[in-house]
Amino acid sequence: MTLLDQFQLVLKTLNWPDWAVYLTPAIVGILIIIIFVLTIIIVFIWWERRLLGRFQIRTGPNRCGPEGVLQPIATAIKILLKEDIVPDKADKLIHFIAPIIVFVPILMLFAVIPVSEGAILVDLNVGVIYVIAISSISVIGIFMAAWASNNKYSLISGLRAIAQMVSYELPVVLSIVGVAVVAGSFSMLKIVEAQGIPYILLQPLAFIIFFLGCLAEMNRSPFDLLEADSEIVAGYHIEYSGMKFAMFYLGEYGVALAYAGIITTLFLGGWQGPLLPPVLWFIIKVMLVFSLIIWMRATLPRLRVDQLMSFAWKFLLPMAVINLFLVAIEVLVLPATLQWVMVILNFGLAAALILLWSRLFTLGGGRVEV
Amino acid sequence: MAIKTEPFYLNIGPQHPSTHGVFRMRVSLDGEVIVGVEPIIGYLHRGIEKLAEARTYTQNIPFTDRLDYLSSMTNNLAYCMAIEKLGGIKVPERAEYIRIIFSEIMRISSHMMAVGFFLNDLGAMMTPVLYMWREREKIMDLFEMVCGQRLLYNYMRIGGVSQDLPDEFVPAVKKFVAEMPKYIDEYDQLLAINEILLARSKGVGILPRETAIAIGASGPVLRASGVKWDIRKMDPYSIYDRFDFEVPTGDAGDCYDRYWVRMQEIRQSVRILEQALAKLPEKGPVCAEVPQFFRPPRGEAYGYIEAPKGNIGFYAVSDGSIAPYRLHIYPPTLINITALQDMVVGWKVADLIIIFGSIDVVLGEIDR
Repeated sequence: MTLLDQFQLVLKTLNWPDWAVYLTPAIVGILIIIIFVLTIIIVFIWWERRLLGRFQIRTGPNRCGPEGVLQPIATAIKILLKEDIVPDKADKLIHFIAPIIVFVPILMLFAVIPVSEGAILVDLNVGVIYVIAISSISVIGIFMAAWASNNKYSLISGLRAIAQMVSYELPVVLSIVGVAVVAGSFSMLKIVEAQGIPYILLQPLAFIIFFLGCLAEMNRSPFDLLEADSEIVAGYHIEYSGMKFAMFYLGEYGVALAYAGIITTLFLGGWQGPLLPPVLWFIIKVMLVFSLIIWMRATLPRLRVDQLMSFAWKFLLPMAVINLFLVAIEVLVLPATLQWVMVILNFGLAAALILLWSRLFTLGGGRVEV
Repeated sequence: MAIKTEPFYLNIGPQHPSTHGVFRMRVSLDGEVIVGVEPIIGYLHRGIEKLAEARTYTQNIPFTDRLDYLSSMTNNLAYCMAIEKLGGIKVPERAEYIRIIFSEIMRISSHMMAVGFFLNDLGAMMTPVLYMWREREKIMDLFEMVCGQRLLYNYMRIGGVSQDLPDEFVPAVKKFVAEMPKYIDEYDQLLAINEILLARSKGVGILPRETAIAIGASGPVLRASGVKWDIRKMDPYSIYDRFDFEVPTGDAGDCYDRYWVRMQEIRQSVRILEQALAKLPEKGPVCAEVPQFFRPPRGEAYGYIEAPKGNIGFYAVSDGSIAPYRLHIYPPTLINITALQDMVVGWKVADLIIIFGSIDVVLGEIDR
């Protein structure tokens, strides 16, 4: 029973009308989520800038407020005060609604991420499938933005977006199915409760595939081809400014928060942890995942578009399929009490598979005869 | 039925984050694959060659700073050598050593910028650049110590250098030379075995040996294609014949080799610096006696050196007056980018950026 269900019960005992009993908790929950998400996004922006500064032997923003914590707010005010420019030849309507279509599904993702015991908006019994379905809507918004801008750089970015996000959907889905097989449920709450041992230990290979797939889905380095600033300048949001750009900017961090939350839920044991309160554990784990993402951004160069595709189809996808079969066999054969055997077995298998596949697989490719 | 497609024209530059200035390319694409590229230059043209005809020989030195502004010192040197050849001036011993020291420091600095921004073009998010800037800052401090400038030095003079080294310079540069190998190892740890860097740059943008020679390429671009040609070794100018160093060459002529050759040249420059510091004469004049309004005899001369980016040359014609009758600049990077079309056709947009970056151009020199 989630906290919102309890809230509903309380309202019912107070003899509120039926529609109010149904609507009030939902609206309150949505408001809480929006406030929570926006607050954490502000923290994320600050954290990324500071940490990136440290990785690059510089200080990072440190003027606004203590340690520069108010810098994201200053940035937000600056962006909001900018003139909203729409290109003359742009498709005005689509140009206007594209940022909304990118941002709203990201907020919708948080409906099924459990922040603490029972602290979830809706405990869908198909929570994982909901996540997969909703997270792929953003790509339509990105393509709409790219197409409607009527800019050649953003057109290239849009074409890359479709190819990249559709390709990486497959390994991501297959690696989550492995998790669902072990947990025996698609519900996010049940998956967290099933993790006596965090699934990162139980299924290291699935974690690696899911993490890399997520990086590609949220356009983070080394898969940030959509906004590759050295090639196509800013990609799909090149013609956006003001509030519309802020939507993309928030969306970029919102999706990072959402995926960090999903990784925490599926692989790191969600809110579970000793001593500290569950919400704090959740935030700590999310920050750790996000720091890892920043670390990769600060270190790695970008892949080329054909290498990106071959990495998805020739490396991640076969590994995800093999992983799914191995996990299914282990769940069938091994009794549930022998989970530690499964940990050791899976680490061995993951190492062997990655070594073997990296021998067979090259990122290469390259020149096309024209 | 065969599908008929039309090329997609993309205009890269002059306002673009990775055109290293104001270079412009009109690229025709088939999907993401490059079918043709048409470079358009001239956005930074200042007419330096014409301006030089109205100024005295010494007044022209600051103009040479503004050619390849990432290696101003070597530009100064090449120009001064051309004029010294014209006037038959002998440069004092200590000045020769100071010139060598600064050329090699300049080479380290220029190569670091080249490698750093090559990685930036690869999408490495400023990190390698900022690590390289950490050492470049120290180099700029050294320059500031001796001539008060951090970018456009205007330090060399006809017949020597403008002023003697300050007392604190030699210990500072010795410290820098001692630290440098450690930092180069650090860069290698970050870059040389990076899987993505290898996948992106190995075999990409190959410049075959024959083409490189045919277009007259020089510098690291030529050496990466496997030609062991370095003016410091082949036709030693100044006092380069007194130093012991290697000329690193690549074999494939791809982007990785151009990166690798630059990293090796930084190591060799450190070797030359060590030797030059050990042999630097204690006392002595740093500039020959040259009148302020220097009038070289009628004639012509060509001074050329191995600058960080290749063979830079100055061709000066004198009519016996205080200003050159004609000054022509032979810019290495303009010659090197003439191979761009051969290198990029068939590769993708992302490769175009890194191939262009690996040539290491500075637009001040291309447009003059």
